[in-house]
Amino acid sequence: MTAPTATAPDREQPEDPEPGDLAEAASGAVAADDAFDQDVLPSPPGATGALLRSLLAPMKARVALTVFLLLLQQAAVQAGPLLVAYAIDHAVPALRDDDHGPLIAVGAGYLLCSLAAGGLQYAFIAAAARVSQDVLLDLRGRIFRHAQALSVDFHERYTSGRLISRSTTDVESLRELLDEGLQELVTVILSFVYIAALLLWLDLGLGAVAVASFVPLYALVRLYQRRAGRVYRKRSTAIASVIVKFVETMNGIRPVRAFRREAANDADFAVLNHRHERTNGDALLEMARYVVGSRLVANTAVAGIVLWGAYRVADGTLALGVLAAAVLYLRRLYDPIDRLGMFLNSYQSAAASLEKIAGLLAQTPSVPEPSAPKELPPLESEHPGREVVFDSVSFGYRTGGEVLPRFELTLPAGQTVAVVGSTGAGKSTLAKLLARFYDPSAGRVLLDGTDLRELAVPELRRGVVMVTQEAFLFSGTVADNIAIGRPEATREEIERAAKAIGAHDFIAALPDGYDTDVRKRGGRISAGQRQLVAFARALLADPAVLILDEATSSLDIPGERAVQRAMATVLKGRTAVVIAHRLSTVEIADRVLVMEHGRIVEDGAPDELIAGTGRFADLHRAWRDSLA
Amino acid sequence: MPTKPAPATDLAPDTVPDTAETRSTVRALLRLWPYVRPVRTRLGAAAVIAILASCVGLVIPLVLKWMVDGPVADRDPAGVWLGALYLLLLGLAEALLFGFRRWLVARPLAGVEAGMRADLYRHLQRLPVAFHDRWASGQLLSRGTTDLMLLRMFLAFPLTFLLVNGVTILVGVGIMLVQDWTLGLVILGPAIPVMITCGIFEKKYSAVARRAQDQVGDLTTVVEESVLGIRIIKGFGRHRSQARAFHELSHTLRGTELRKARLLAAIWAVIVTLPEVAIGAALVVGAVQVADGALSAGTLVAFLSTALALRWPVESIGFLLAMSQEAATATDRYFEVMDAEVEADPAAGSRAAGAMGVPPLERSREWGRVGAAAPSSEQRAVPEVGTNAVELQGLRFEHVLFRYPDAAPDSPPLLTDVDLHIRSGESMALVGATGSGKTTLTALVPRLHEVTEGRITLDGEDITALSREELRSMVAVAFEEPTLFSATVGENVLMGAGAGAGEEELDRALAVAQADFAHALPEGTGTQVGEQGLSLSGGQRQRLALARAVVGRPRFLVLDDPLSALDVHTEAAVEAALRQVLADTTALIVAHRPSTVLLADRVALLSEGRIAAVGTHHELLRTSPEYAHLMSGLDKPGDAEGPQERDGR
Repeated sequence: MTAPTATAPDREQPEDPEPGDLAEAASGAVAADDAFDQDVLPSPPGATGALLRSLLAPMKARVALTVFLLLLQQAAVQAGPLLVAYAIDHAVPALRDDDHGPLIAVGAGYLLCSLAAGGLQYAFIAAAARVSQDVLLDLRGRIFRHAQALSVDFHERYTSGRLISRSTTDVESLRELLDEGLQELVTVILSFVYIAALLLWLDLGLGAVAVASFVPLYALVRLYQRRAGRVYRKRSTAIASVIVKFVETMNGIRPVRAFRREAANDADFAVLNHRHERTNGDALLEMARYVVGSRLVANTAVAGIVLWGAYRVADGTLALGVLAAAVLYLRRLYDPIDRLGMFLNSYQSAAASLEKIAGLLAQTPSVPEPSAPKELPPLESEHPGREVVFDSVSFGYRTGGEVLPRFELTLPAGQTVAVVGSTGAGKSTLAKLLARFYDPSAGRVLLDGTDLRELAVPELRRGVVMVTQEAFLFSGTVADNIAIGRPEATREEIERAAKAIGAHDFIAALPDGYDTDVRKRGGRISAGQRQLVAFARALLADPAVLILDEATSSLDIPGERAVQRAMATVLKGRTAVVIAHRLSTVEIADRVLVMEHGRIVEDGAPDELIAGTGRFADLHRAWRDSLA
Repeated sequence: MPTKPAPATDLAPDTVPDTAETRSTVRALLRLWPYVRPVRTRLGAAAVIAILASCVGLVIPLVLKWMVDGPVADRDPAGVWLGALYLLLLGLAEALLFGFRRWLVARPLAGVEAGMRADLYRHLQRLPVAFHDRWASGQLLSRGTTDLMLLRMFLAFPLTFLLVNGVTILVGVGIMLVQDWTLGLVILGPAIPVMITCGIFEKKYSAVARRAQDQVGDLTTVVEESVLGIRIIKGFGRHRSQARAFHELSHTLRGTELRKARLLAAIWAVIVTLPEVAIGAALVVGAVQVADGALSAGTLVAFLSTALALRWPVESIGFLLAMSQEAATATDRYFEVMDAEVEADPAAGSRAAGAMGVPPLERSREWGRVGAAAPSSEQRAVPEVGTNAVELQGLRFEHVLFRYPDAAPDSPPLLTDVDLHIRSGESMALVGATGSGKTTLTALVPRLHEVTEGRITLDGEDITALSREELRSMVAVAFEEPTLFSATVGENVLMGAGAGAGEEELDRALAVAQADFAHALPEGTGTQVGEQGLSLSGGQRQRLALARAVVGRPRFLVLDDPLSALDVHTEAAVEAALRQVLADTTALIVAHRPSTVLLADRVALLSEGRIAAVGTHHELLRTSPEYAHLMSGLDKPGDAEGPQERDGR
């Protein structure tokens, strides 16, 4: 937000590529070999530059216009000393000869330049803001859409904190570069070029000396860039650990308090905070050194040029006005040096951020939308359920390791299937394949004969809906949250769904009933109640196939019964896959699958399996005992 | 799910006062004084040096004038050399003074920032849990990072340079007036219009800037939720509507940002144009005077270069004020948190310090025996102090009434009148319908929340008479949501124990919680877990949290549904081991399942804000229809239909 013309003798850097730091922090420096853990997603070489180009490409014309405006604005601003020189060397002698013409021309010229400088300044800032805001809008949208398109598999490994910081702090650091940095750079280059050209035109010798003084200045800038880069990297690591510690403490405040960690945390935090303080001080000192160095070079050059110029005026080889103008320009020539340091700062932090964003955008969704979507065949019977077939399906993560070896499985329409097995047996993976959170490595998952990969999202979600253990509530009202199941649902339909699952009573008791904002005063909703809301959502969605993945873990027994009752009534006839630690679910199942090490080891009707001697019989016995 | 853009309101809680309106910028910034005080000498010295440096900058044109009018006009080589030498020396002085200023303040200001951050962190750790319930951690974080950074920049730059530039402008104007007062007055002409414009701008800009901040907050919320709720969005195929909400919000933000930019552009246009016009006028008037011989050419050059040198200080005032405004907002935001009251502790600490002399385990064993021998009649009346020692032992809730501090004062309390006595060494299960306040009740014991009315006593001592430190050393808790910190498994578990605890206690606790998997981790109990380490499953985390609760062999144990994420086999094993621990300990266990209830000696049923019944599991199954309903899922009498019940026994 600095004017291009501003001269800043000792301008503090609004330095601090802090947004980048935050990004770094949220990513959490992790000592592991995985690219995900280190937060360095692979991106093709040059992706950062390509990203920036592709963002700017649609507004080439406007970027050109903006630069042109700046060019004109600088011309208007830099004309001042030239007019001073003309006034002293020509207008004054003319005036002595009673010729007012040149002076009037000078006055009119100066007035014109001032107005032009101001007007162009306005036009430039407004135009630059448009470019910068449009780029940011585009980039924010791209990150958001891309993140939404990426598979659950990706989200499980790329922590939420990183994704949030990609679209907030990293975008913010690009904004700083666009708003201030680029403007600085263009201004600095323009005024260097303009002033150097003017000086050369005024007097070739003086100009040449001025241009020669750029050599040591350039060396200084490079030196600063190298040294500051090192310090900034250290500082960004330091602030990262401060932030991680801070966030962790605040998010875990209950255990912190209950286990009296306050003093120990204070001590840990002090160490991290102090490390940041040191590097922060180092960074500020680095800047101080740069300022001293560049000022020394600049002021020495000014003294030298003035000395030589004065000699030549004395010789009569240089006009006095030219020397005056040259001196005025010289001071301006060196003013932008400090700001170059500023630009380098914002550039470094933006480049780091863009690299991370480019890495994110380079991830290809492993569960892409079909290019030519198909529709599900119309329901054959009066039953709303559909048949599910796992056709030679196998699954392994891209990082390797087969989770589900090849298997065949058919779930007839309308069947309720319980999947049991110990942690890591592959139950959730099976569910996620069916919900198309993942695609199988080989084989197909068919819904009434149609490959899930050929269904467009709305069609897929009319077919399959999955309720998971984590019952996240979005900000908004309780009714909004239930309506996620079917956005066009009426209030009556929403209430009916809530009643069917036994959530109506507690919702009605909230301060504003269904219109209670879940994030506001009085909106405390317990873990069990959240799961009920999640179920109401699923009821409202009314899918052909319903998957419940540990969706009842926080419910009490009446809650669980209500869910089972709803499945027996409202959801009757749907195909259902139920995963639960609690075997009570099994009572409503038509069929039980027991999984172990990614394989289905038992498959049959519950009574049949209980009567047998297999794993399920064991499990069931243990469970019955636990009920006492 | 915000299918329509949320209103642009600050995400911070409702307690946030209307700061922009009610407090002046200066008054807000004055609150920084205690932090600035320790570095005031250096800061003051830096300001003086900056003024000196600026004045040196102003003297340079005077030397030029002297050279042009003197040695150059007189063709005096020695004079030219002398002038150049002066220029060089002044240049060196300027550079070194600026460097010196930065050097003076670099470390102290980094120190001020760090000090404020440490204070914020310390303060936040001691604020009531109710405070943290209302404030998103992101809001707190931004206060601890960006806001403090803004403040440091304010101290380093606007604070000094508002002064320096003010003085520079005054001195510069003085120099110009002395050189030629008519030209000086011409230059001063635009001062007043510029100031008025700045004033108007200031108000408008701060309003728009605040709106933009709030909109960024809303946008961040959508991003955050769409990431945290990704499974729901994907599960219901709602990413289009989420993207639409995001699109609308980001468009609104763009509009606000553009408005902000236009305001800024306008003020710059004014600040650039008016002084420039004045300089042009001075040039014309000056040229006429030079032609008349009333003014030397050297004076005109010096005058104009002084005027040009002043351009930056004048132009900078606008953005210096904007930065100060932002710093004032940042200060307000910082003190919003710092002004929140920390939980006060009673001065009394000596009493319990004596009690702490006995190792907790022995004490609890001793009391466990006493408790076991105690008569089992249910006491409802509050006993007279000192009448019956046994009655005082253990954990008592006496007429406890609780309403969340942020709930409306006339709203019905969540807990209306809880009376419960858990005898020493006894374990009590707490059962109640979803949302009946079980978790809230457990949070009252370690004083994560304060009772609104009534009291809770531990062995006869009111918990509000103990310092929280002592209280929490006596009571260990395992929460429903098991949180592990970024530390090793061992450190996470041993957090629950005193300083002296080591391998032996760790192994025992891991064994009790069936968390022996910890030994099989890549680096055993030294494996890093938490946000920055190995991610463990819900069941594994729950078992470690349980180990943490039992490792210190606490006298009082509070477990909130500790086994919900465990599979049947593990649950059974944990239960068996827990029974050993619970034999010595006074425990309150929130339970959803009969299996967990059976860990306890007795059960209390929480219903409609009070304890509706107390007894053994089997007693209550017989006598309390509500309890039977909760434990078996059997419909309450009167409900006709319902699935066949098989597991009630």
